[in-house]
Amino acid sequence: MSDTLKIINLHVAVDDKPILRGVDLTIRRGEVHALMGPNGSGKSTLGFAIMGHPGYRVTEGRVELNGQDLLAMEPHERARAGLFMAFQRPVAIPGVKLADFLRHAASNIRRPDRKEGEELIPMREFRKELYAKMDQLRMDRDFARRYVNDGFSGGEMKRAEILQMAILRPKFAILDETDSGLDVDAVRLASQSIAEIGGAEMGILIITHHDKLLEHNQPHYTHVMLGGRIVETAGPGMARSGPELAAELHRHGYDRIRAAYPEAAADEQAMQRASGRAEAAAV
Amino acid sequence: MAELLSSDPQHTAGLVSGGFSEAAFEAFLSQRAALLGRQEPAWLQAMRREAWQAFLEMDFPSRQDEEWQRTDIRLLRLERFGFPQPPPSGSQTPPALLAAGVALAGSCVHLNGWPLRWHLEPQWQRQGVLFGPLDQLLLEHEATLRPWFYSRALQARADKFAALHAAGWSAGTVLYVPPGVVVDQPLHTLSALGGGTDLGHQLVVLGEGARATLLAETAATAGDANAPGLHSGAVELLVGPRATLRYVNLQDWGRGVWHFAHHKALVEREGRLQWTIGALGGRLAKVNQHVALVGEGAEAEVNGVMFTEGRQQLAYHTLQHHEKPRCKSDLLYKGALQDRSRLVWRGMIHVDPGAVKTHAYQRNDNLMLSQTARVDSIPGLEILADDVVCTHGATTGNVDESLIFYACSRGLTRREAVRMIVSGFFQQVFDRIPIESVREALGQAIGRRVREYT
Ligand SMILES: Nc1ncnc2c1ncn2[C@@H]1O[C@H](COP(=O)(O)OP(=O)(O)OP(=O)(O)O)[C@@H](O)[C@H]1O
Ligand SMILES: [Mg+2]
Repeated sequence: MSDTLKIINLHVAVDDKPILRGVDLTIRRGEVHALMGPNGSGKSTLGFAIMGHPGYRVTEGRVELNGQDLLAMEPHERARAGLFMAFQRPVAIPGVKLADFLRHAASNIRRPDRKEGEELIPMREFRKELYAKMDQLRMDRDFARRYVNDGFSGGEMKRAEILQMAILRPKFAILDETDSGLDVDAVRLASQSIAEIGGAEMGILIITHHDKLLEHNQPHYTHVMLGGRIVETAGPGMARSGPELAAELHRHGYDRIRAAYPEAAADEQAMQRASGRAEAAAV
Repeated sequence: MAELLSSDPQHTAGLVSGGFSEAAFEAFLSQRAALLGRQEPAWLQAMRREAWQAFLEMDFPSRQDEEWQRTDIRLLRLERFGFPQPPPSGSQTPPALLAAGVALAGSCVHLNGWPLRWHLEPQWQRQGVLFGPLDQLLLEHEATLRPWFYSRALQARADKFAALHAAGWSAGTVLYVPPGVVVDQPLHTLSALGGGTDLGHQLVVLGEGARATLLAETAATAGDANAPGLHSGAVELLVGPRATLRYVNLQDWGRGVWHFAHHKALVEREGRLQWTIGALGGRLAKVNQHVALVGEGAEAEVNGVMFTEGRQQLAYHTLQHHEKPRCKSDLLYKGALQDRSRLVWRGMIHVDPGAVKTHAYQRNDNLMLSQTARVDSIPGLEILADDVVCTHGATTGNVDESLIFYACSRGLTRREAVRMIVSGFFQQVFDRIPIESVREALGQAIGRRVREYT
């Protein structure tokens, strides 16, 4: 049986505000899924909830990795089980060198039962591997000695996220707008690298507003999120292929989607009002 | 000396010596004569007696006193302590953290306020370097050392604890480097306390153009991590013209120790001082760290690494005193607080009239690892000269949850993530410390202390 990440009727709230309202999605290893949808529709929320961010409360539904209940696991356990998320907005960890950070991460993920303080991958061995990957991604080796994301440009952060994925070799990766902030050449390179790393090895969920990243990663499936729900999916055996739907959305936007799914469009409006209120209250 | 060290262990706890009474003081003085094999010189005895009078006359510091406002010593019972007592024979000292893997020019070990053993490589002896227990060397090299001892750096009447120290100081370490001599390997001194009293004194004198590195650390003896103890100490660092001193002071007393100290450095013309303080141990600490730039073009860099936990209360008061033109001082103190601990940093930059072209920086950053800890961070400037550049700043923050989540999403446990974030927080000050064993020792000591962050 191939590895499967299964999201079943997932409802997620932030504070007491409902965001996701029943998401169903199944990703098998070797598949590329594109997730598109307007700003604020809940794409990143889905990623955070799968990864286990404590601020995103699952109020209903399940997430399973090969039948195993992911929701019962801590974030680090999910990572060690083979999950990875490239952040839309990576955070900086001042004073912690990227190489040290990744050496700890890789040591844990390659030996999931590793206890803190137990041996790490030998420094020299790891450095060799890291440099090879950095060269491949055409990242300056100096970044290994720089502090994690500290003072990185937007594009440099996104490259560093791909580098981390390449080192950690997850079973399932969620790439949250990894293409935004990258220049034209970098997107092409990222797109190639993802395909190289991924191939048949990973199941990938690519969250994007563009189609560039999909160039080398033709999505088997494309999903559209609106108002916290996946309202439309294209893929094998359906009316349209994944790439066709992605291309349509990219060219024409979401007007057709909103018109076709008035209930989700109403939820979208309600969510926008709710965050508007929250913002107003915060001011 | 061998005789005293093999004395009856029953009488060595230091707690049963009748406090700091007149009789105890007289007994202490005659014990010293026996220990050293001769009377201390008259000037030194007079100094001790004068300080003893000051100790008797002076009031206990009160909370009304600005200087002691944030240091709560109401639970200190001075009468439960007494003058240092010789340690039981065969006593073990804890391993020296700062000296791990370091080739040393010399080392000196004290236990319960008594010198145990010391050595200095012959190569440095030949060049006139002096290193070892202060009380002994002060007698043997009186002409060389007396002009420096308690000369300009310290005042016996600074407070009651300073007076007690001046009266009853014993042991401690002296380093004297003659002009022009460059000691290219570090020297190390350890003071361990297994309960009782330590009144150690450190004196460092670097002649013109001399260079040296002294690593000083304190620790609890094995099994005595919580034994009640008292340390009333003093450090005087005299850095001559164009001399360079690196001085590291790692304070890791046991958790029952009351730690009072006055540390003062004088840096002469174009001298350089790099001073690193690690503040980890003790039940309560009240330390005054004073750097005086007394010659044109003198420079001092001051690094502080502080970590408190449990119910520890540490207070460090720093003063960067610019007395002459064209001097530079740069202070960075970083602290992390866990549990219900309390940390005080009170810093002052004082620029005298005429100390033009001063560059003085002062910064304190604190990281709260619990909601019940408390930090007071109080920077200050007193600038009485024109044409100076002075900056100061202080920050206090929590560990950012979004950083923890990011690290956990890469497979780090929450605790591992917090440790990494905390060590990253200290990295900026570690980056300023050129001695690897010091960075390692501080990093590991902090790593061991960080627990769950909730
Ligand atoms: N931590 C949070 N606190 C408050 N509101 C949040 C939080 N995270 C998400 N939301 C709200 O949930 C909704 C969905 O946000 P989400 O970030 O998932 O959207 P998105 O689809 O990723 O949008 P974008 O395309 O702009 O990245 C928005 O209304 C947002 O304001
Ligand atoms: Mg998003």
